[in-house]
Amino acid sequence: MGAGTDSLEVEGIRFSYGGARGFALDGVGFTVPAGGLTALLGVNGAGKSTLLAVLTGLFRPTAGEVRVCGRSLRREPLAALAAMGVVFQQPTLDLDLSVRQNLAYAAGLRGMAGRDAGPRIDALLERFGLADRAGAKVRLLNGGHRRRVELARALLHRPRLLVLDEPTVGLDLPSRRALLEHVHALCREDGVAALWATHLFDEVAPGDRAVVIDRGRVVAEGPVEGLVERAGADSLEQAFRALTGRAAA
Amino acid sequence: MSALLYGRALKAVVWREVLRFTGQRGRFVAALVRPLVWLLVFAAGFRAALGVSVQPPYETYITYETYIVPGLLAMVLLFNGMQSSLSMVYDREMGSMRLLLVSPVRREFLLAAKLLAGAAVGILQCFAFLAVAALTGIEVPPAGWLAVVPALLLAGLMLGALGMVLSSTVRQLENFAGVMNFVIFPTFFLSSALYPLWKMRESSEILWTICAANPFTHAVELIRFALYGQVGWEALGWVSLATLVFLGLSFWAYNPAKGLMARKAGAGEG
Repeated sequence: MGAGTDSLEVEGIRFSYGGARGFALDGVGFTVPAGGLTALLGVNGAGKSTLLAVLTGLFRPTAGEVRVCGRSLRREPLAALAAMGVVFQQPTLDLDLSVRQNLAYAAGLRGMAGRDAGPRIDALLERFGLADRAGAKVRLLNGGHRRRVELARALLHRPRLLVLDEPTVGLDLPSRRALLEHVHALCREDGVAALWATHLFDEVAPGDRAVVIDRGRVVAEGPVEGLVERAGADSLEQAFRALTGRAAA
Repeated sequence: MSALLYGRALKAVVWREVLRFTGQRGRFVAALVRPLVWLLVFAAGFRAALGVSVQPPYETYITYETYIVPGLLAMVLLFNGMQSSLSMVYDREMGSMRLLLVSPVRREFLLAAKLLAGAAVGILQCFAFLAVAALTGIEVPPAGWLAVVPALLLAGLMLGALGMVLSSTVRQLENFAGVMNFVIFPTFFLSSALYPLWKMRESSEILWTICAANPFTHAVELIRFALYGQVGWEALGWVSLATLVFLGLSFWAYNPAKGLMARKAGAGEG
């Protein structure tokens, strides 16, 4: 799949947790093209995490369709999941296993053979500057390193779509910048499509796309420069305020 | 290709479980000490009070220590099943459950793989216990060591599946102490692990009925007969049925569309 095509297509997603709270997601639709970063912007409680749980098959929507590289998550869930790598908001590494053991476990879950997984793990550890930490227990790593391990883990099977749920939570500024740079490089060099959920405007760079979500609905979608211009604003933050009536979280 | 993929996923799940278990020495020691305390202390005290008469599969009078060995093996599996389900709650709270659920392998298969991994660890513990029990002079027929493996596996799967159902209903790790009190102890005491059911019947018909219906009783009896190279057909039937029911319930509970997981997830951040 080359640049210009959509790695993720989301149409009319509705989801409710039940009870009287109404829809947590109400008709959400947008696309994520290959070879670029799309930021999913919204304040806490806007529906970002719920949406990502639907996109990764953890929750099943009551209506709508999700397609990953053309594969329907409803009809071909395993094929859709196989094309996707996920970095969760919550850290999900096994703290008592080493970096390499964590990656080998994930590779096994993805059905990768040991002879393919070994070199792939080495290459990713090298790429993210973790080669000298391969044998270290994850418990001994700092937050920035752990996030890089999770990013490496999400990339083991060479996914075409990378989904990241507020991946910089708890990281210091240099680690945040480094992680963002890594993901931009992946989009640029490998043609990966990235969906990056955040409420931090400084994580969105010129040239990225943005999907603004508020109260379970998409209120704007498109290249960042275009969004700012259409809202008649000077910055993305101003545009966000104009679109949602909210300040940044 | 697909079978290969599933085989690798199964290997990964079992490998992680065994790695985690061998890394937790405290858990292994606890798993071994618990039944040994029962065997060496409790049984010594109660030997005189609870005489056991000849009953199948035993062909002669047996000591009380010999009587409770199958019950203690089942106890090892019960604690191990609960421990595995505790790790499911831990995995869910820590998020590693998500990793499992987004892998491109059928969810039912992953749950079954996790159960199998838990049962494998339980069998390791059972053999460690049997070895120490043998050192204290409690003997099991040599063929029984092999014949008991399928019984331990099935009982381990049943108790693991029960743990999995419970883990889907427990939202937080802290609530797990309640499960220990309300599930493990009644399950253990209302069974044939520590006393033959006919003795229970002498004291209370109601308690006997509960004990006889308790799947754990049947797991104990399945192991008891297997240790002596026999098949307890009734126990086998009940344990198989209970395993299927618990397995079905846990598949349902971990189903994103219908199960308890989806309903409980509501409190999560936007």
